[in-house]
Amino acid sequence: MSSVRDLDVGAVRDALSHLLVDVNYNIPPDVLDALRAAVVREESPLARRTLEQIVRNYEVAAIDQVPVCQDSGMTVVLLEVGQDVHFVGGSLHEAIFEGIRQGTSRGYLRQSVTGDPTRLLKMAGEQAPGVIHIELVAGDGVQLTVASKGFGGENMSALRMLVPADGVAGVRDVVVETVDRAGANACPPLIVGVGVGGTFETAALLAKRAALRPITLRHPRPDIRELEADLLDRVNALGIGAQGLGGVVTALAVNVEVAPTHIAGLPVAVNLNCHSTRRATIAL
Amino acid sequence: MTDIAKLDARSGTPSMTHLRAGDAVEVTGRLLTLRDASAARLARAIDSGDRLPVWLDGQILYAVGPSPAKPDQIIGSAGPTTTARMARYFPTLFAAGVRAVIGKGELHGDEMAPFTAHGVVYFAAIGGLGALLAKHITAATVIAFEELGPEALYALDVEAFPVVTIIDMAGRNFHEDARARWRRHTP
Repeated sequence: MSSVRDLDVGAVRDALSHLLVDVNYNIPPDVLDALRAAVVREESPLARRTLEQIVRNYEVAAIDQVPVCQDSGMTVVLLEVGQDVHFVGGSLHEAIFEGIRQGTSRGYLRQSVTGDPTRLLKMAGEQAPGVIHIELVAGDGVQLTVASKGFGGENMSALRMLVPADGVAGVRDVVVETVDRAGANACPPLIVGVGVGGTFETAALLAKRAALRPITLRHPRPDIRELEADLLDRVNALGIGAQGLGGVVTALAVNVEVAPTHIAGLPVAVNLNCHSTRRATIAL
Repeated sequence: MTDIAKLDARSGTPSMTHLRAGDAVEVTGRLLTLRDASAARLARAIDSGDRLPVWLDGQILYAVGPSPAKPDQIIGSAGPTTTARMARYFPTLFAAGVRAVIGKGELHGDEMAPFTAHGVVYFAAIGGLGALLAKHITAATVIAFEELGPEALYALDVEAFPVVTIIDMAGRNFHEDARARWRRHTP
């Protein structure tokens, strides 16, 4: 019989609080490298100049230790929890929310969450300042992923329930149409997360996980890798370019995740990340 | 690419008739910030004939909700937010004399119509440039709706604030032109 590992929720709170500030000040190296490569690849002078400014913004934010974007987003916390872990020292949910509150305050991040989605004039998101997804896995480890999800990209994301007859071509159309409709509003160059399969709600979560996958990592399945490359080419063919100013780099990557689904369905979700992709993962 | 045009709004509203969609511009002078909540309040006040907390005639609006300033900062990160979210308030705000809007993202159809109807210019700042653009802001004062936090109405003084002309006074839309020019057909 395996032994149970005690983990104080205070450790989760403190790790989250520090990580949240860190992701908002420092853009991940894979994204920064891709942006630098995009400067070289971009053919439109105006878009190239825009990409140079974007890279400069991230350099300035890291040196000055300030948020890369005023929209520090809605905090999304993804926890992979080993089934042999026992959380002690209080409520895990409350510790996560407290970590978000502390990080937001300490990092001079914008408090952008309202407690009342239908009446935006009220600023009262303190009771739940983020979104939590917990997955139980084998073992006694805990993996904490935090993302600050700006709503420029979130607002332009989409979910469609296709039918089996729509096939891969249908998936392709949903992705390309979503990016086309988003245009400049989602702050391209984008990282496009695509979730295929599952149910209505799991397709969306798959897309979120895909959007948060490092862009240097391609899918392990060759056919999905091929789909990712094809989708990236099609999205870049749209001509939207950085900030919709026209150009050949509309997305830095298209990441696809798949899951089993019902024989009667083909859910497709597309979650757009702006170039300010803020995410990090640590083990606790 | 053409040279960068200068727009000096320090003493009165500058002429913008010479600006063409696609022109890179640097704005110097006073801007008023706009957000979902503050735009709704301004439009409601105009509609009900209430006295406005600020004179909109001749003003340039900037769609932004800054992050909190650190102790040594004038303002926190302050890049543009998506303009289209506030488009439904534009007919009312433009009738009150607004001359230009700085934001990010695209405006089409009904969102664009008030710009052409009132001869208002739309400039895009680069989205996600919060740290860099804050360095072009030399003063920031809350002048109304302080209780809205980041959505409060600020007066900002900016210097050489970089934008691109998207909708010019001739009613051209640069986003539409640029997309059409760079679009490539795939099998």
